Amino acid sequence: MYDLIVFLPLFGFLIAGIFGRWIGARGAEYVTCGFLGVCFVLSWIAFFQVAGGAEAHVPVANWFTSGKLAVAWALRIDSLTAVMLVVVSTVSFLVHVYSIGYMAEDPSIPRFFAYLSLFTFAMLMLVTADNLVQLFFGWEGVGLMSYLLIGFWYERPSANAAAIKAFVVNRIGDFGFALGIFLTFQLTGSVTYDQVFAAAPGLAGKTVHFVGFDWDAVTLACLLLFMGAMGKSAQFLLHTWLPDAMEGPTPVSALIHAATMVTAGVFMVARLSPLFEMSSTALSVVTIVGATTAFFAATVGLVQNDIKRVIAYSTCSQLGYMFVGLGVGGYSLGMFHLFTHAFFKALLFLGAGSLIIAMHHEQDMRRMGGLRTEIPVTFWMMVIGTLSLTGVGIPFTSLGFAGYVSKDAIIEAAFASHRAGAVYAFWCVVIAAAFTSFYSWRLVFMTFFGRRGDWAGSLPLEAHDDHGHGDHAHDDHPAHESPPVMLIPLAGLALGAVVAGVVFRYWFIGGGFEEFWRNSLFVGPENRILEEMEHVPALVSLSPTLMMLGGLVVAIYMYLVDRTMPKRLADLFPALYRFLLNKWYFDELYDAVFVRPAFAIGRLFWKGGDGAVIDGLGPDGISARVLDVTRGAVRLQSGYVYQYAFAMLLGVAALATWYLFGGAR
Amino acid sequence: MDLSSYLTLAAIVFTIGVAGIILNHKNIIIILMSVELILLSVNINFIAFSTFSGDLTGQAFALFVLTVAAAEAAIGLAILVAYYRNRGSIAVEDINSLKG
Repeated sequence: MYDLIVFLPLFGFLIAGIFGRWIGARGAEYVTCGFLGVCFVLSWIAFFQVAGGAEAHVPVANWFTSGKLAVAWALRIDSLTAVMLVVVSTVSFLVHVYSIGYMAEDPSIPRFFAYLSLFTFAMLMLVTADNLVQLFFGWEGVGLMSYLLIGFWYERPSANAAAIKAFVVNRIGDFGFALGIFLTFQLTGSVTYDQVFAAAPGLAGKTVHFVGFDWDAVTLACLLLFMGAMGKSAQFLLHTWLPDAMEGPTPVSALIHAATMVTAGVFMVARLSPLFEMSSTALSVVTIVGATTAFFAATVGLVQNDIKRVIAYSTCSQLGYMFVGLGVGGYSLGMFHLFTHAFFKALLFLGAGSLIIAMHHEQDMRRMGGLRTEIPVTFWMMVIGTLSLTGVGIPFTSLGFAGYVSKDAIIEAAFASHRAGAVYAFWCVVIAAAFTSFYSWRLVFMTFFGRRGDWAGSLPLEAHDDHGHGDHAHDDHPAHESPPVMLIPLAGLALGAVVAGVVFRYWFIGGGFEEFWRNSLFVGPENRILEEMEHVPALVSLSPTLMMLGGLVVAIYMYLVDRTMPKRLADLFPALYRFLLNKWYFDELYDAVFVRPAFAIGRLFWKGGDGAVIDGLGPDGISARVLDVTRGAVRLQSGYVYQYAFAMLLGVAALATWYLFGGAR
Repeated sequence: MDLSSYLTLAAIVFTIGVAGIILNHKNIIIILMSVELILLSVNINFIAFSTFSGDLTGQAFALFVLTVAAAEAAIGLAILVAYYRNRGSIAVEDINSLKG
């Protein structure tokens, strides 16, 4: 059964990818969606079986053996994997179905579905891996598919640029990740989880010498591995690729850049919890990076105008929450937020996709408005997603939307934790909660309330002219509700976004923790974060709700009541506004610090090193000398026979002279 | 008359022939004539040596050379005619198809 879950998407890819030309768009859709449907059902069965205690280890094949290094293909099915299996297969299945509607007019549907299925396969490989190398295989596989899907519309230069950016930024993280795997192998002599974890306690106190310092071995390994997680999960400093990745089709954004691939970093840290648990320093770094990301991305999200970018920054911010949860020692908190986030963020993305289709591929929120009555189903879906994301629930109980249950737990845990950086993390995530509420409701109010074009006044001038044409087109064709094939997946995700928190809280972070996770998450004896977070002051428990209400009230005031307020506020703090609008100038900074110098060095070596020195002295130089010689030889061949005759005569005369006087008798 | 007079005459004729080939830049027929001169100088040598050594083989060989020279002249002229038809010119400056 587990083989089927993992390999069905691969077969779907092979059929849709190789035979797509013959079976056509319809065939590719049916094959991949059908396989994913089976995969989806089996995953939930597996989830409940594993939750009931039926763990499994399925060897598939030997990959390679080289001395001590033995790597096998094997599926490790435990609770952690089971959670990821349902997340990946559920979201992937719904996105597959949704894409039938969303991509209906695209000319290369089989290619799209083949990519989606291959992505799903790589992601499932990642989560079922039983060793670090197989994890790395899946890790790179999803990176590759992310590249291909961001650049799916390859005729757009911006999509290609975004795809390359995502790939390159991820390489930076993966560099650290690979080093981390090497170090782990060097320390423990194995890459298989079981053996690594078994050897982990013996590593305490060991040091390694690296770049001139003696490091604690486990801390260094964890930090290097976390670097990979930072790249893949778009954490602060390596986050720049995620907003640009929105160039891809919206279902891709929902599947890869919200629900599954970007959470691979969270999964990896949770999977390696026996290692991370040994290094308080590494966990502090995780906490601080996560908190910074949560805060930073939320501030940028406040002022963005592209609907998908708002949600992308929201994703980035929520990933920060997950890392805070992991960093304070609550691995299940991070996983729980991952689980609920997958539902409501995929819902928001797919809802945004439905809205974008309704608006004839318009993504700028300033050109929207009043869509509530035109596309009511999408509206309600977006509202459910927003309620879940902002964390609406009843304080002091665990009743509420999915996001409420998981996010509040993280905030409480951040307060309860004694880890270095936890106080900073607490304030970051609490403030980010207010920002989350504000930008989420801002999105809803700008798009669904008011009238079309209410915000057109704040469009830049040159865009305004374009708008003239667009306006007519929009007037002629009012927004239309999406077909059922797109709305039903929305409903499925909405169900998850509403109930996933309440239903699964007991297992994930409540009393059923031990029974559910068993050995898949390692928690040290002095780590009682799940217990401590239950005993935080009432005000702390209340703080997320207060922040949520605060953000909501401000959003209502600024975007429903006094609609000139946002403009006035932007004019009042122009520097701050531009700072946020330009995403803290990270792209410009990286451009100046890394990209331009890299180009300059590259050009130096290309033109100077390769062109002038190597080519100049090597092949080109030699060929130029040969040409010089032959040019002389060519000049001798004048073509005039009398000159040849003269040359022959000279030769004969010379020979005769030599014969007569030289003495060769 | 002694042998050296004949050999001197032959050498002069040979030199005139060679000079005609090398120095002539105008007319290809003159080159043909120069070739005939060279052959004639060889013939003079043959006959001179034949007479003074009393061996008739040299004189018989001279007759062969004359025959071959006549045939060669005929072929050379025929080539020239064909060449003129193809290229429209027999000026020596224009004949440089061998140029590399």
